[in-house]
Amino acid sequence: MSRYSAFQLFVNAFTGHRSWPRAWRDPAPKPAYDVVIVGGGGHGLAAAYYLAKEHGITNVAVVEKGPIGLGNTGRNTTIVRSNYMFPQNHHFYEWSLKLWEGLEQDLNFNAMVSQRGVLGLFHSDAQRQVFARRGNSMRLSGIDAELLDRDQVRAFVPLVDLDNGRFPVMGGLLQRRGGTARHDAVAWGFARAADRRGVDIIQHCEVTGIRVAGNRVQGVETTRGFIGAKKIGLAVAGNTSRLAQMAGISLPIESHVLQAFVSESLKPMIDCVVTFGAGHFYISQSDKGGLVFGGNIDGYNSYAQRGNLPTVEHVWSAGVTMIPALSRVRVLRQWGGVMDMTMDGSPIICRTPVENLYIDGGWCYGGFKATPAAGWCHAHTIARDAPHEFNRHFTIDRFREGLMIDERGAGPSPWLQ
Amino acid sequence: MSHRLASGGRLDRTRRLRFTFDGRSYVGHAGDTLASALMANGVRLVGRSFKYHRPRGILTAGPDEPSALVELRAGARREANMPMPVVELFDGLEAQSQNRWPSLAFDILSVNSLLSRFLPAGFYYKTFMWPAAFWEKVYEPLIRRSAGLGWAAKEADPDHYETRHAHCDVLVAGSGAAGLAAARIAAEAGARVILCEQDFELGGGLLLDPALEDWRAATVAALARQSEVTLLPRTTVFGYYDSNVLGAVERVADHLAEPPEHQPRQRYWTIRAREVVLATGAHERLIAFPGNDRPGVVLAGAALSYLRRFAVAPGKRAVVFTNNDEAYDTALALREAGVEIAAIADVRPAAVRADEARRAGIDVRSGSVVTGVGGGRDVERVTVARRNGADGESLAADLLCVSGGHSPAIELASQSRTPLDWSDAIAGFVPGQPVQRQRSAGAARGIFGVAEAASDGATAGRAAVAALGLGKTEAIALPPAVARAGTPSEPFWEVKASGKAFVDLQHDVTTEDIRLAHREGYAHIEHAKRYTTHAMATDQGKTGGLVGAAVLAEARGESIAAVGMPTYRPYASPVSFGVIAGHAVGKNFAPVRRTALHAWHVRHGARFMEAGMWMRPAYYPQPGEEKDAWLSVLREARAVRRAVGICDVSTLGKIDVQGKDAGVFLDRLYTNTFSTLPIGRARYGLMLREDGIVFDDGTTSRLADDHFFMTTTTANAARVLEHMEYHAQTVWPELDVQFCAVTDHWASMSAAGPKARLALAKAVQGLDLANAAFPFMAVGDAQVAGCPVRVFRISFSGELAYEVATPAGFAEPVWEAIMAAGAEHGITPYGVEALGLLRIEKGHVAGAELGGHTTARDLGLERMLKKNGDYVGRVLAGRPGLVAPERPRLVGLRPVDPKARLRAGSHLVAAVGDGQSLGWVTSAMPSVELDCWIGLGMLSGGEAWHDKRLFAAFPLYDEYVEVAVTHPHHVDHENARVRA
Amino acid sequence: MHRIDCPWCGVRDEIEFAYRGDATVKRPEAGAGVDAFYAYVYERGNPRGWHIEWWHHAAGCRQWIKVLRHTLTHEIRATAKAGDTVTAPKP
Repeated sequence: MSRYSAFQLFVNAFTGHRSWPRAWRDPAPKPAYDVVIVGGGGHGLAAAYYLAKEHGITNVAVVEKGPIGLGNTGRNTTIVRSNYMFPQNHHFYEWSLKLWEGLEQDLNFNAMVSQRGVLGLFHSDAQRQVFARRGNSMRLSGIDAELLDRDQVRAFVPLVDLDNGRFPVMGGLLQRRGGTARHDAVAWGFARAADRRGVDIIQHCEVTGIRVAGNRVQGVETTRGFIGAKKIGLAVAGNTSRLAQMAGISLPIESHVLQAFVSESLKPMIDCVVTFGAGHFYISQSDKGGLVFGGNIDGYNSYAQRGNLPTVEHVWSAGVTMIPALSRVRVLRQWGGVMDMTMDGSPIICRTPVENLYIDGGWCYGGFKATPAAGWCHAHTIARDAPHEFNRHFTIDRFREGLMIDERGAGPSPWLQ
Repeated sequence: MSHRLASGGRLDRTRRLRFTFDGRSYVGHAGDTLASALMANGVRLVGRSFKYHRPRGILTAGPDEPSALVELRAGARREANMPMPVVELFDGLEAQSQNRWPSLAFDILSVNSLLSRFLPAGFYYKTFMWPAAFWEKVYEPLIRRSAGLGWAAKEADPDHYETRHAHCDVLVAGSGAAGLAAARIAAEAGARVILCEQDFELGGGLLLDPALEDWRAATVAALARQSEVTLLPRTTVFGYYDSNVLGAVERVADHLAEPPEHQPRQRYWTIRAREVVLATGAHERLIAFPGNDRPGVVLAGAALSYLRRFAVAPGKRAVVFTNNDEAYDTALALREAGVEIAAIADVRPAAVRADEARRAGIDVRSGSVVTGVGGGRDVERVTVARRNGADGESLAADLLCVSGGHSPAIELASQSRTPLDWSDAIAGFVPGQPVQRQRSAGAARGIFGVAEAASDGATAGRAAVAALGLGKTEAIALPPAVARAGTPSEPFWEVKASGKAFVDLQHDVTTEDIRLAHREGYAHIEHAKRYTTHAMATDQGKTGGLVGAAVLAEARGESIAAVGMPTYRPYASPVSFGVIAGHAVGKNFAPVRRTALHAWHVRHGARFMEAGMWMRPAYYPQPGEEKDAWLSVLREARAVRRAVGICDVSTLGKIDVQGKDAGVFLDRLYTNTFSTLPIGRARYGLMLREDGIVFDDGTTSRLADDHFFMTTTTANAARVLEHMEYHAQTVWPELDVQFCAVTDHWASMSAAGPKARLALAKAVQGLDLANAAFPFMAVGDAQVAGCPVRVFRISFSGELAYEVATPAGFAEPVWEAIMAAGAEHGITPYGVEALGLLRIEKGHVAGAELGGHTTARDLGLERMLKKNGDYVGRVLAGRPGLVAPERPRLVGLRPVDPKARLRAGSHLVAAVGDGQSLGWVTSAMPSVELDCWIGLGMLSGGEAWHDKRLFAAFPLYDEYVEVAVTHPHHVDHENARVRA
Repeated sequence: MHRIDCPWCGVRDEIEFAYRGDATVKRPEAGAGVDAFYAYVYERGNPRGWHIEWWHHAAGCRQWIKVLRHTLTHEIRATAKAGDTVTAPKP
């Protein structure tokens, strides 16, 4: 009965939809688990799901300080893509995109993964060359990418002003398999699927400490008491460095605020995700009609989940420059998420110096698209106590070793990324 | 049929304004809104809802309107989703209903309403999953087409926008009784006051009571007389940010068909306020009952507004449904205006006002509710019954006025991080202890009634004055308090009866949807909101948000206080993109920097390209070259290799460094040594970031023992200066060194080519350019055309070259003099493209190679790393990953087939079809020396590949070009020419 | 929008400044080795609470200043010249 389908929807219509079960249970925490995942966002829930599904580890709890899915999972601009330059990144993100492509059937929950294309515009020869290098790198690895000229850009996103008077558009790099997904549904879908495999999702349970003895984790102190754990995985975007600190680990991470925006609901005007190359701006339109857009981080350490006007002004100026027809569109809401900004712009999914403590974090502003693969790799790393090939490079030690994965070349300056 | 009352209202009846709605013409008056004018014309069906396409009318008289949304204006000025009650009528206004097809009256998708049992909250999460490929191809396109409300314009906006920065002592948001009183108190105390009011008239609720007009007018007039008071009607404060900074939008010309010439359409105010008074009033609430979305259902306060302010009777026969006393004012006013009151359904078992109304002959049914609404597309009958459902009676009525009480407008207070407290007295959330320098007043904190609000506003004004330390405040006249017996309102949210009872009219969210969300575990208010989309529409749930929370609270068996409200975020009302973007759009999106020689380049036909903010000549097409830019680029580069060319290099960053420790400071910034540089000599320098990655390069000259002249790349000029300031001020403050950017103070031009000396010698006075007297890397002062110049014998092209710098004001005469002197040698101006070609031939690295990833070793510059002494980046550059032998290193590349084209952005692979990238092509150009394309690349293994072959793969174009790997110096490997 | 009281210029908008994180890290002596430089470059403080940080008055006096700011409330409690000492309140 609990399976979702058009048929069940039809049947339930005649009983006033009174028989739908809870999407996930609301259990009290058990005294101990084989694995405790800290953080009930998309990443943590996905890790729990894949621990159960791929590794048969079902004595798992996900502990979340509030309700699930309301951190960065519920605050992002919903983009999925795998258009990275470095093989260390694009193999991982391509795996993520493949998981996205089968996610609804796997989870039996429609997360509305919609591959309508992600297009990055370029405005100079130098930018074209960087995009070409990236696109070629993707193609060599079997990932789809197309280099569009001006006419092709015009046909793909007719509202873009190719001659904006300042930074004319010369072309764009398109990944057709990129697109968007319904962010809340990703958390809910993973939660429901993990729950059905026996995972306890424990909301309103804040971790206040990580108990370590003999350099090995024992469990977590929480606002609902101590919960024992043989292994602990952290998936607490924005707060990764704080939680790691509870186990005595210093991470090369700063927390910054990234703002996002949504407009009023409009009839279709932008079909794909499109990114301005001459300023910080990207935009897509949700199925409901809202234009979802964002830009750069505000550029100062913050846990505030809200930003300030200077970034807003830049983002909207870039928006109207790229798509002049946006000018009279009215924007409904702005909000902020707290980003774990690593010192090279790439994530961390690895073991830690504390035995049986694992981290999935450091996603900068790109964590949403990584959700399935991050959970999958985190689960693999926890279950095997060793990374998968896909996350082998996402270590903490890479900074000490000089093996940074710095796509933008901005260096250890998160405020510049 | 006109519903306009014969008299009254705040209209100018002498001014008739013509407008159209869905193509039909109507007439209204100055002072009308689109909503009041349509209502006066008897138009009740004005829109269709989002999901079920149910018929919708006008519910409110303000920006909280959920239903009556239109596309306003046409063409490039079209705006979607405009709430009719905030659209001021103007002559020639055009409006279209939206989200309906083919017409408002006959909307095909209203079939969704019949199918609604299959479309509960979140139905789409449970279906559309099979077959997988159908989502993008079938389901989603259908959903996208049917979703959305209005159509946005497709063209660029013909109007423009303005930005204004303001500071004030007290910002008052809202001009009702509380706001006016607060502003008046502050103004009288000498404070600089800004008063923002979203409406086009100041007064808020005062506008609805003629008895209060004198006080309103006198107070506004007193404020207007104060020179330090700025009154801003049509101005919505949309956001409350850190440090008491607030954003507001003034709708300067939205009440006109088009902005007058030179006037913006809207103005964005950034207001830095020392103190803030939030007098934003309250939102009247819905009650959830079946049919509460039907056209003809109007909030009681809105009905009063239409009567009193706009002289419109919203119906002929009304039922009033209330849980509070205020709605009785509406009932009495309706009756006074000739509207029959069929009944008042008061949920309270007894009320003083109920008794009064009964004595006045009105049928008041205490302890009663509305259980249903009958009719075709709008209200024709209203069923009133006891709260237990008994004694239901269907009353003929075309108007149903509803009041579920009032919720303080706490959006801005909440944005300023003020906690929200639950008030049982008003059954709503009120602002708690402020965090920023702010206080709420009047209805915005649950103090209802004009006199009470005014008094509370005065108190808030005095508190602001005290916080500012402005001293004594004067007493001001306040509206008289009206003593009146009343009965507290009773919290009441929902009538449980069969049929759809809406908590969100725009998104079609019903009470059942909220309960479904709860049953399925989406019980937290944020989950319920997101699952059902409750309170996420353009009105942000101002009328129904709390009702939904109450339904959820009941389902959870908890108090509304425990359930709470979703977080309030900007914007308090939607804000158009254009107004925040302001003038920084299109060609003004980023500032343009032009060199001192820009006008010369323009006169000589240069094609420009952007280099950061700079405009630089890319090349100078000559007759016959218009069709093919390569002809120009190659001609210019050939001129440099064979004769002499001249290039404007003024955009390079220039920093003047002085002080006793200048040399030591530069030694620590650069990987190589500058303290040993002789006076009158230049040296190439390499700078790292502290993480050991190459940051920048350039030449630095020593002009005196304690005086250096540094250059940076064009791209990094600002960052290098900041980097230097950081180190000088915070890391080594003990060093005696001062520096400042002089990029714009000096124009510089590079004369390069085998005949450069011949050409320059004729132009330069006071300096012997002979090789022995002025060798490679020499620096000296001289004159050209009587202008002071500094000559540097440095070269980027690899040819014999001199860089001539002159104070920017002399740029043109110096350039012209060199051009004249070089004419006999064929001196040719060359642009950035030829410059790029020349440096690739020479194997000099530039932006494409210094992308923030490469080390000095990667670039073959390890000789630049000094053995002794500290410098930025030294230690971390030694990390194993940065010295690993397999790191890509700089190489030269040439196609094996001399006709083949090499593309930057290609990857280097061992064989066609091989997916393993060994490196990539960073730069490529056709060579003028070698008669084939050449390139630079980064290749794992580097020089081990010299003279071996690889493929440059460009799979984006399905291209594979076989290339030979070479030394990066394609020409003059021995570096002889620069010393010639 | 943060309003920052530059000790040289007075209160100015955030847009006049550039940011650079933790102002309590100190560049190690030249011979301090990789670990010390690693800590200096990569292990900057990231508290949820009071944070002493560098801001550069780039569009003003071009001085680096220290700012004591709360990363959750964005309250700025103190600003100081580069060489002055700023102490964070106890959490």
